[in-house]
Amino acid sequence: MLVLGLLPVLNLVALGFFNVSWADGRSTWRFVGATHYAALAADPLFRASLCNTALFALGAVAGQMLLGFALAMLCSKAARGRVFWRALFILPVLIPGIVVGAMWKLLLNPDFGLVAQLLDGVGLPPVNWLGDASTALLSVVLVDIWHWTPFCFLLFLAGIEALPQDVYEAARVDGASAWQELRHVTLPLMWPTIAVTFVFRLVLAFKVFDEVYLLTGGGPGTATEVVSFTIYQRFFTEDRAGYGAAMSVAVMFLVALMLVVAVGARRRAAAA
Amino acid sequence: MRLPRGTGIHAGLLLAGLFVAAPFAWVVAAGFRTQISLLMGDAWFEPTLDAFREVLFSKTSGFVLNARNSLVVALASTALCLAAATLGAWSLHRMRWPRWVVHGFLAWALLFQMIPPITLAGGWFVMARAAGLDNTLLGLVLAHAALNLPLALWMMGVFVRDVPQELVEAARLDGATTPVLLRHVVLPLVAPGLAAAGVLCFVFSWNEFAAALTLTMKDTATVPVAIAKFAQDFEIRYVQMAASAALSAVPALLVLLLAQRWIVKGLTLGAVK
Repeated sequence: MLVLGLLPVLNLVALGFFNVSWADGRSTWRFVGATHYAALAADPLFRASLCNTALFALGAVAGQMLLGFALAMLCSKAARGRVFWRALFILPVLIPGIVVGAMWKLLLNPDFGLVAQLLDGVGLPPVNWLGDASTALLSVVLVDIWHWTPFCFLLFLAGIEALPQDVYEAARVDGASAWQELRHVTLPLMWPTIAVTFVFRLVLAFKVFDEVYLLTGGGPGTATEVVSFTIYQRFFTEDRAGYGAAMSVAVMFLVALMLVVAVGARRRAAAA
Repeated sequence: MRLPRGTGIHAGLLLAGLFVAAPFAWVVAAGFRTQISLLMGDAWFEPTLDAFREVLFSKTSGFVLNARNSLVVALASTALCLAAATLGAWSLHRMRWPRWVVHGFLAWALLFQMIPPITLAGGWFVMARAAGLDNTLLGLVLAHAALNLPLALWMMGVFVRDVPQELVEAARLDGATTPVLLRHVVLPLVAPGLAAAGVLCFVFSWNEFAAALTLTMKDTATVPVAIAKFAQDFEIRYVQMAASAALSAVPALLVLLLAQRWIVKGLTLGAVK
């Protein structure tokens, strides 16, 4: 009993060590006081990367939720082949992020990529999707939508399939149109699932690293510089671990704050 | 004329399916091309196995080694993760810990899940170095197990809580010690949970990049790291990149075919809680 009680605790403590030792690294830096944090607040690059991350996260998550919901609705209405469609739509989620990056780097290549060929086919000029500062972030967002929409789709589908059928019958008896059914029955009932999915995806979107690393490397300039990438650079290419750690803590704090706000909002909504 | 019911639905699904499948098809096809044919952008090409052959068998390519590394790390970290998560979940949910301990652990697991892995990688790198585990598979196994533990802990918690208390008490009355109880009563009951959590841990470990990038070197690199290297060589070898990308998606396909049920269960369970 003691052993069994202790083992997981030890494991969690050991796991805690990862954080602690890293906090240790930071505590040595505490001798320089809060200068890192002060520098952080004034760092235009950090601000830009936060801004990019927020844009990226909001854009990508909004797209994923909308598409995922539409797909889930379609899939739940399909009379046949549901299992097949579900399997196909899940596929992108299971692929390594880095492979998604590699694939789209090829697909978006302005010289020979599939996208360029399709544009050429309808007579449009090729676009240097990833190399142009004005389209780079958009491209990364689109790739992320491709990658993660299935995740939203899956959660929504599970939610829709768990909805009680009798409400729908009642709505139909009352002569509700398809749109009214969606607006007044499905959406309210799905609200908890939608909220959870949103928070989940937003947190994950803040962690984005693999795709950006490969697709653009933060560039051109700082057009797609996201926080994970900024932190990575401080740690590993610039060897300013203390500053990077301060950055990590700040990001963690922000994400936690977001979560607290989201949970709080949900509580209030549940109470109301 | 009215179209039969459901035409719109199927058209929509087909369109979406095309969006998902076309990029795959194009990249896989690119793997069967030669560099020149790809760069020329000819629609028609003579398929060749050269790129795949080079990725798999050439002396300069480490793909097979990378795949082996990935497999070892994924299997070992999944096993470690499941063992720790099951025992941990049992302990948290069934051994009267004070409430704040339980909630503290679970909340902390959730928080840990939110941290960008790259922020931890720096700390791990320093630690692994100190412990002589840098550039070893063991270091990466530990890192991946730690990364996936929160998810597994939450999932196993759901299943452990569903084990009927009467069964546990009956086994106790029959004189079962805790290890016997866990082995013969609890384990069979939480097996579906183990499958779901295991599949997810495996896939996440196989896919993980940030920790693998920082904790490995040439001969311990995993597949994602190798692919990133491919894409960053000065002279990008596009077809080899396409071929190795296609190959590295094979486990995902296998998992999808063999364990779709568990994947769906795992992903939705993780979010519903």
